[in-house]
Amino acid sequence: MTASDVKDGARSGAGTPAPPPARTPVVQRKIGWRTRLRRDRSLLIMTLPAVGLLVVFAYIPMLGNVIAWQNYSPYSGFFNSSWAGWSNFERVFSNPLFLNAVGNTLTITAFQLVFFFPVPIVLALLLNSVITPRIRTTIQSIVYLPHFFSWVLVVTLFQQIFGGAGLINQTLRAHGHQGFDLMTNPDTFLLLITMQSVWKDAGWGIIIFLAALSTVSPELYEASAVDGASRWRRMWHITLPALKPVIILLLILRLGDALTVGFEQLILQRGAVGAEVSEVIDTFVYYQGVVYGDWSFAAAAGLVKGVVSLGLVLGANKLAHVFGESGVYKRA
Amino acid sequence: MSGQSPELSASVAVLPSDVVDDSRGSGPPAPRKRRRFQSQHRPVWEEPPTPVGASLKFLTLAVMVLVVVFPLYTVVLTSLSTQAETLRAGGLVVVPGEMTLNAYKQILSGGIVTRATIVSIGITAVGTVISTVVSILAAYGLSRSNSFGHRPILFVFLITMFFGAGLIPTYLLVSELGLIDSYWALILPGAVSAFNVLILRNFFMGIEPAILDAARIDGAGDWRILGSLVLPMSKAATAVVALFYGVGYWNAFFNAILYINDNEKWPLQLVLRSYVLQGVTLPGSGTGQVDVASGAVTGLPIQMAVMVLAIVPILLVYPFVQRHFTKGVIFGAIKG
Repeated sequence: MTASDVKDGARSGAGTPAPPPARTPVVQRKIGWRTRLRRDRSLLIMTLPAVGLLVVFAYIPMLGNVIAWQNYSPYSGFFNSSWAGWSNFERVFSNPLFLNAVGNTLTITAFQLVFFFPVPIVLALLLNSVITPRIRTTIQSIVYLPHFFSWVLVVTLFQQIFGGAGLINQTLRAHGHQGFDLMTNPDTFLLLITMQSVWKDAGWGIIIFLAALSTVSPELYEASAVDGASRWRRMWHITLPALKPVIILLLILRLGDALTVGFEQLILQRGAVGAEVSEVIDTFVYYQGVVYGDWSFAAAAGLVKGVVSLGLVLGANKLAHVFGESGVYKRA
Repeated sequence: MSGQSPELSASVAVLPSDVVDDSRGSGPPAPRKRRRFQSQHRPVWEEPPTPVGASLKFLTLAVMVLVVVFPLYTVVLTSLSTQAETLRAGGLVVVPGEMTLNAYKQILSGGIVTRATIVSIGITAVGTVISTVVSILAAYGLSRSNSFGHRPILFVFLITMFFGAGLIPTYLLVSELGLIDSYWALILPGAVSAFNVLILRNFFMGIEPAILDAARIDGAGDWRILGSLVLPMSKAATAVVALFYGVGYWNAFFNAILYINDNEKWPLQLVLRSYVLQGVTLPGSGTGQVDVASGAVTGLPIQMAVMVLAIVPILLVYPFVQRHFTKGVIFGAIKG
C-alpha cells in the first residue's frame, strides 16, 4: 500500500516493517509465532487501549455508513430501519445545494492553492536569509504562534479588526471615511477566509521549508559565490532546487485533501455571509443530518466525500511517487 | 538522496534541530572590519546586502511580526482598559489610557465564563493525559517492526488517516452510547490520533537499538524499558505530542456544538463564540455579580478579557514546548 510506504519512508531509516533489512539479526526470523507471541505479549497489550478506542470511535462508525442505504430514523435505529437502495445517493447527486457545496469546496481549494500555498515558501526564503540566529528564532516563535489559536479566536479577532464595528472601520469613520464590512460580505468571502488561513497557518507552514533549506550544504553557496554567482543566481540554482521536492510533495498532499476545507472556520461564518458562498461539503452534511434530521441523506453525502477523498489521497500518493522519481532523476 | 518519494519525505524527516538553528551561524571567525550591514554572523564570502534590499527585508519581517503581535496587543490592552476608555476610543483601545482589572474580576468571580473556563481546563487536562498515555503505549507497542502482529496493527492506525467514518455515523454512535451532554463525548471520540502515534513511533524507532538490547539482556521487560529508558530519551517528542493534544482539546468547539446541548456545560470556546463573536449578551447568571444595569456586561473590555482567557493557557505552555518543534515536529509538518 502506497500509504504505508510513505509513512515508513518518513521514518529516519531505522528499519522497515515486514521484510527486515539485512542489518537486523537473522536469528529473529526463525522464531516460531508462538514464541513471538509470548515474547511480544507486553507490546500487544500496550497497543490495546489505542486500538480499542479506534475500533469503537473510528471503525464502528465506518460500518455505521450502512444507513446511507437505509431510510434511517433514530426511533427505528440501525437494525429496524427500512432499506432504500441507492435512492439516497441519487438524491445527493441531483440536489442543487449539494452541487453548490461541491462547487464552493473546489473554488476555495483552488483559491487557497494560488493565494495561500506560496506564502510560507516566500516567508521561509526571507527568514532563511536572516543570518543572526537569535533574531531568526524569535521571529519564528512569533509567527508559529497563531497556528495554536482556535478558529473561534481567529474569527473573533478578525471580526474585531475588520468587522463593521471593528478597529479599521472605527478608524476610517473617525477620519470621516465610509466604513465597510468584510465579515458579512459574500463577494469578498474567499478573500476573507484566505486572509484568515494565512494569518493562522502560513507562519507554521514555514517550518517544513526551513527544514528543507537547512539540508543545503553551506559549501554549495560558498563555492558558487566564489565562482561569481550573484545572490539571485544562488537562490535560483541552489535554494529553489532544494525546495522543489518538498513543494511537490506538499502540493500533491494538498490535492489529495481537495475536498476538505476549513470546516470549523466555515461553520463559524456561515451565518454571517450566508450558505450561498460558505456552504462546503462538510457543512452541508452537518446541516442536512444533525440540524435537519435527514440522516440517511446526509450520511450518503458524507460517504461520497469520504470515498472520493480516499481515491484522491491514493491517487495523489501515486503521483508523488512519479514526481519524486522524476525530480530525483533529473538532478542526478 | 536517491530513490522515490519515501526518501523525499525521509530527507525532511531526519533533520536534527541544531542544523536548523545553526546552519548559517557558524561562519569562520576570521577577523574582518565591520562595515554597515556587516553582521558578525555573515560568512566572509557572502556580499553584504544593498541598503535597499536590507530595508525591504527588514520592513517585510517587521510587518510579519506586527500582523501577529498587534491584534493581540490591542485585545489585551482593551481587556485591561476601563469601559470609559473604550468609549473614548470608539472601540478597541490602541493607546494605553485608564487601566483596570475589573473585566477579569467580573468574569472570574463566578458565572458562566468562570464555569466554562473550569470545564475547559478539566477537559484539556484529562483528555491530554489520556491521549498522551494511550499514544505513547501504542507507539512503543508498534516500535519493533518484527514483533507479533506488527503489520496488521499498524494498518489499523494507518487506515484511519486515509478514510474517516464521517460526521453522521460518528454522531449517531456517540448518541447511541448515551454520551450526549457528557464530557466524555468531548474526549473519547478523538482521543487517539494515528498521526501523533506515528510521530512518537518514529521517534522511538530512532533510538539506538543497542541500548534497548542491552537493557533486555539485563532482564528488563518492555514496560521497564519504556518507562526507564525510552520515555526519558523522548522528552521532546512527548512534549510536542502532548502540546498537540492539549491545544486540540483546548481549542475544540465543534465537538461541543455537536454533543453538548446543555449550555451550563459549555467549554470556553463556545462561550467565546456566543458572547463575543455572535454578541449575545452575557447573562448575569450564577452569582449575579455581573452588573447588567451599568452596561458592563456587553462591554468590550469583558469580551476581550474572555478572548485573553482563551489565549493565556496557550501562551503559558508554548514557550516551553516551542523549542522542541524543529526536533519533534518536522515529520508532522508534512501533513500539516
